Amino acid sequence: MFRLRLVPDDTKIPFMRGRYAGLIVSALLSLASIVLFFHPGLNYGIDFRGGIVIEARTPQAADFASLRHTLNQLDMGQVQLQEFGSPQDVLIRLERQPGDDAAQQVAADKVRSTLATAIPGTTVRRVEAVGASISGELFFNGMLALGLAMVAMLVYIWFRFEWQFGAGAVATLVLDVTKIVGFYAITGMQFNLTAVAAILTIMGYSVNDKVVVYDRMRENLRIYKKMPLRELIDRSINETLNRTLGTSMCTLLSILPLAFFGGEALQDFGIVLIFGIFLATSSSIFIAAPILLFLGENRLRRNAPADGAAPAANPTP
Amino acid sequence: MLYFPRWKIFLIVAICVLGTIVTLPNFLSRETLSALPSWYAHNRINLGLDLRGGSHLLLEVDMGAVIRDRVEGLVDSARTQLRNDNVGYTAINAGDRGITVQLRDPAQADTAVRALRQLANTIGGGPLGGGQPDLEVASSGSTVTATLSEIALRERATQAVEQSIEIVRRRIDETGVNEPTIARQGSDRILVQLPGVEDPDRVKRLLGTTAKMTFRLVDMNADPTAGRAPPGTDILPSAEGGRTQTAYVIRKKVEVDGANLTNATAGNNPQTGEWVVNFEFDSIGARRFADVTRANVGRPFAIVLDNKVISAPVIREPITGGRGQISGNFTAADANDLAVLLRAGALPAPLKVIEERTVGPDLGADSIRAGLMSVAIGFVLVCVYMVAAYGLFGAFACLALFINILLTMAALSMLNATLTLPGIAGILLSLGLSVDANILINERIREEARKGRGVFGAMEAGFGRAYSTIIDSNLTTVIKMALLFIFGTGAIKGFSVTISFGILISLFTATVLVRLMMVSWVRSARPAALPV
Repeated sequence: MFRLRLVPDDTKIPFMRGRYAGLIVSALLSLASIVLFFHPGLNYGIDFRGGIVIEARTPQAADFASLRHTLNQLDMGQVQLQEFGSPQDVLIRLERQPGDDAAQQVAADKVRSTLATAIPGTTVRRVEAVGASISGELFFNGMLALGLAMVAMLVYIWFRFEWQFGAGAVATLVLDVTKIVGFYAITGMQFNLTAVAAILTIMGYSVNDKVVVYDRMRENLRIYKKMPLRELIDRSINETLNRTLGTSMCTLLSILPLAFFGGEALQDFGIVLIFGIFLATSSSIFIAAPILLFLGENRLRRNAPADGAAPAANPTP
Repeated sequence: MLYFPRWKIFLIVAICVLGTIVTLPNFLSRETLSALPSWYAHNRINLGLDLRGGSHLLLEVDMGAVIRDRVEGLVDSARTQLRNDNVGYTAINAGDRGITVQLRDPAQADTAVRALRQLANTIGGGPLGGGQPDLEVASSGSTVTATLSEIALRERATQAVEQSIEIVRRRIDETGVNEPTIARQGSDRILVQLPGVEDPDRVKRLLGTTAKMTFRLVDMNADPTAGRAPPGTDILPSAEGGRTQTAYVIRKKVEVDGANLTNATAGNNPQTGEWVVNFEFDSIGARRFADVTRANVGRPFAIVLDNKVISAPVIREPITGGRGQISGNFTAADANDLAVLLRAGALPAPLKVIEERTVGPDLGADSIRAGLMSVAIGFVLVCVYMVAAYGLFGAFACLALFINILLTMAALSMLNATLTLPGIAGILLSLGLSVDANILINERIREEARKGRGVFGAMEAGFGRAYSTIIDSNLTTVIKMALLFIFGTGAIKGFSVTISFGILISLFTATVLVRLMMVSWVRSARPAALPV
């Protein structure tokens, strides 16, 4: 009976041997991401910076040079033109116009009418205009959601496991999130509300992954009371390896169509999620586990029945 | 764990069947639906504006103007009140939140304070009183200040927003948009969603006009080109329609207010063929209009809209019927819009559009197509993997996954929730996250079987051990999505809704339902070994 196995059963890969390498590489990547965050910085989308996005479809393939020329004559600051999907689809981005929120409206209407006269037959398929006050709020709320999510995860895992697990998971999350931010900085993808949703989703996925591995560690801690923690962690990772990779594969497969057909809004989302799935999967093995090893070397390897110290952590019904 | 009593099987099957029935209207054509009872056919998922096309506008009420208005009114009434009480003053100044009066004689401070207190409105409280005055009056030396209290300001703001919503609703109803959503958001914002509106230009223009109309006399002796207006008058520009002058000197005193209008319609002037707006006053307005026109025959009477003079016709004879006509070089559309504005009434304060998101219907249709295709492809890919990895048990998981999608849609239909493009992404992602439960279970069963357990033993242990892990891992995702729902806006909320439903429902489909399928199969096929 043929069964697809991503890795053979009963692997005994000594993951913890690479614990320093894993942590160092991860820390360096995160550090680089932080540098990238400040310079050159993120390409904030209109949700967070205010401004205007107009999606138009021209009757023939769009002539970008002349379109750029026409729009630049409106004197509305930097105008970004981007082709996407087909050569007839043009995405026009304008930075936030000086003045109050109403100035965005005026500018958006101006671009609309200019398009209509410059290229007759052009249909405006989408207009988004966001003023300064609302974009500030959206940004604040987005960051608040990320921060609270982090805290909620810490509390949840702390409640369900020992604190070392919670600390390990949150430290990993911080490393994960910084890398996603770095990914946005490198690719120059729009950082907007969708990006916050993507980060939250990856955080959820990442924690989900860690919980499964942690769960197995907790179970093995009870079964193999004498086994050194390092060996026990390796064993737990190996035992759950097929599940970890299988779930990653399924999530990857389910998200893949988004990266291809998602349209302007969701294509980036799909791509970032794919990056995030790789990130989360690798960080479960190479980051979360080593951190747990360092934090728990002396504590989790309790002298005899320290299980009683955490009765709340016993989920078995 | 492996034993299912009859009623439980019945219940599980019933949930699946019911879910399918509830979801069905979403896939039926309009003709079929019209033949069905409406309580059933109405159970459909609303498509978000990004999928059906339409315009989303977020308006902000200019609170500064609301307070400025109240303060200016306060200055006027303070002037009258102090004069009536024979209190001498040198100046009354309007501040940010109140007024300051400079008295000529400090000894009159107490009288002045009493006089100003009379101007306060009572807010809160019931029919038996117990409310609070909205003015805090204090004096020091010859200066008396009256400040609007914090509660008063808040009350005023609430009122202004509620009134604005009402007026916005009336104006939008006049434009004939189907099923608009008009809702308050936060303390000073109004959310307007207009399905099917491709170019919200007209709506924005209608909403961007305060439409405060007043009828005021023109000061004929003053020169409108002079820099300063004589006391008691304003120099107001002429609206584009004005033909004779670019500016007028208009008396500040409002003779008749637009609030006294009962009706306004666009029409043609039979003599000139020009577009005009015909209006009617209520009884108070009609009486005042008659009085003013009777006393001022031969003088121009200005019709002022939002501080612009639409026209200033000369009164030829007293108008006593309470009806009148505004002409001002209107196009048909101008006349119509003005009539709409006058009928709907004036906004208590200017509205600003601070966010607009408009999607054309063809882009929406493209998005639906892309979304459906993505979900179909994602589903097939996941199924291929699951069957390749777990054989028959994988196929069970896929069937459960399909029912998961159906039930998610059923939940959305029953709640009349709105499905957005990010919502479709959520469904897609929940495909991957839901099968995680099946992967956990199958891996666990496989592991237990390899340890030498029998068919039933392996399944029993597999389900039992995997369950707490499944709950843990899914709850973390649901917590995240709840946060996203609370702090996210608009379309992003749809993502958190579908993914939360998908995951919560997977707790049923991926575990209970799949377990039932597996157990039934094992009981009837009696395999020697599990197919995982």
